[in-house]
Amino acid sequence: MDFFAYERLSAPAVAVSALRDDPHAVLLAGGTELVNWLKDGIMRPARVLDINGLPGLDAIEVEASGLRIGALVRMSDLAAHPEVRRDYPAIPEALLRSASQQLRNMASMGGNLLQRTRCPYFRAEIELPCNKRAPGSGCSALGGEDRSMAIFGWSEHCIATHPSDVAVVLAALDAEVTLQGPDGFRSVPVTSFYRLPGAEPQRDTVKEPTELITGITVPASAVAQRSWYLKVRERTSYEFALVSVAAGAELDGSGTIREARIALGGVAHGPWRLPAAERSVIDVRVDDRDGLRAAIEDAFSDARPRRDNGFKVELAKRAIVRTLQTAAGVAAE
Amino acid sequence: MSATESFGTGTKASARPVGAAVSCVQVTLVVNGAERRLDVDPRSMLVDVLRDRLGLTGTKKCCERGECGVCTVHVDGRAALSCMTLAVAAEDREITTIEGLATDGDLHPVQRAFVEEDSFQCGYCTPGQVMSAVACVDGGHTGSKEEIKEFMSGNICRCSAYPQIVAAIQAVAVSARDR
Repeated sequence: MDFFAYERLSAPAVAVSALRDDPHAVLLAGGTELVNWLKDGIMRPARVLDINGLPGLDAIEVEASGLRIGALVRMSDLAAHPEVRRDYPAIPEALLRSASQQLRNMASMGGNLLQRTRCPYFRAEIELPCNKRAPGSGCSALGGEDRSMAIFGWSEHCIATHPSDVAVVLAALDAEVTLQGPDGFRSVPVTSFYRLPGAEPQRDTVKEPTELITGITVPASAVAQRSWYLKVRERTSYEFALVSVAAGAELDGSGTIREARIALGGVAHGPWRLPAAERSVIDVRVDDRDGLRAAIEDAFSDARPRRDNGFKVELAKRAIVRTLQTAAGVAAE
Repeated sequence: MSATESFGTGTKASARPVGAAVSCVQVTLVVNGAERRLDVDPRSMLVDVLRDRLGLTGTKKCCERGECGVCTVHVDGRAALSCMTLAVAAEDREITTIEGLATDGDLHPVQRAFVEEDSFQCGYCTPGQVMSAVACVDGGHTGSKEEIKEFMSGNICRCSAYPQIVAAIQAVAVSARDR
């Protein structure tokens, strides 16, 4: 690990101007990702700027119009918040299925969104070709082990997936990320916050290097109140998703879907919304498993599975049906 | 392993200004209720400072990447990983290590339960297990075996004493409720 200077910052504006003036400065919040990057040489900053003391970024505010989550809120605090559990149940569910208690206590919500892929080639202790790690060096996963890799939206430069669980829920619930930059604030929907890898897979998000995430907003809705998150993984706890689903449905009195939200995790470079499936499940009874299954089939027409990850297509379809039914209370968790 | 060795040998090529001279910074850590002032390299992890600088070798070190949980300590009363915490960033936080649990030589109830329930074999993961178990009981996450197992899943036990660890936590939770 190269030497870096450590400084504590006092205000968000100071963080933004420090990032603008020094391309070799990085921000430290929970540290559960940054410290790994420092240890692995994925990042070699000259300055580490500790933003944990910044005022105004650690509040959880629940209002009639929606939820506002400060960027420095810890995952475990958001997961335990009673009103968030009541009005946005998929959010705590996704958080509690992530990482371990120690990591949830440490990790910030802003940092959660900025996690980088768990692709083993990207994380290799001895550096391997990876266009995220060293642009232009190639993608080892393309010809290598691809079982955990993307089935949607990948490019010949990168087939990695994004590891965040809660980002999948935030994408499904039309949440927005608030960014503070040198020119002020802007909001970006979570669905467009994550880039497709294209020819520049080293860029995970549309956040500029000079921008600071200050918070996340989630609009209140009937769908959010009936939302759920299902994570399919190879261990019961403390493991990343093979496939995950965030879904919610608003029903009429007879149990027919009036409105739905569906997003997938573990299948793309970021959360993957399925707008076609959201439209086609409307007017389907939520207890009609075959009907739901038939309605979502077409949404997978642009899936491009590779050698060993084709199972994700079938797994995702089944998981969507189960999550919609769980959210509506007609299937067990 | 010394703190310096643990910085690793990252030699990745990337544009970065060269020649920033190494300089230590003074920090004040509050460990087990005592203020400890020392100069640390900003790259030092809390686990190395606890073990190598303060002699608190009860906290163990294994994976060094936040995966195994042996380095678990409490920071401001919550379980945290000292291998993923920069020591400089822990300034002014209240740090409790396994050495800080016993009072006047009397083991903490969780430590006693680990002995009574035979919750360890080799013992290497035990300090981290105990720190997580104390947080589990204090936070009231003992409603079911499943809840305990989820709370404790960040602590790996190679000897697989998991059933006995869960039993120890349940025993403490029950006796705390009975009091």
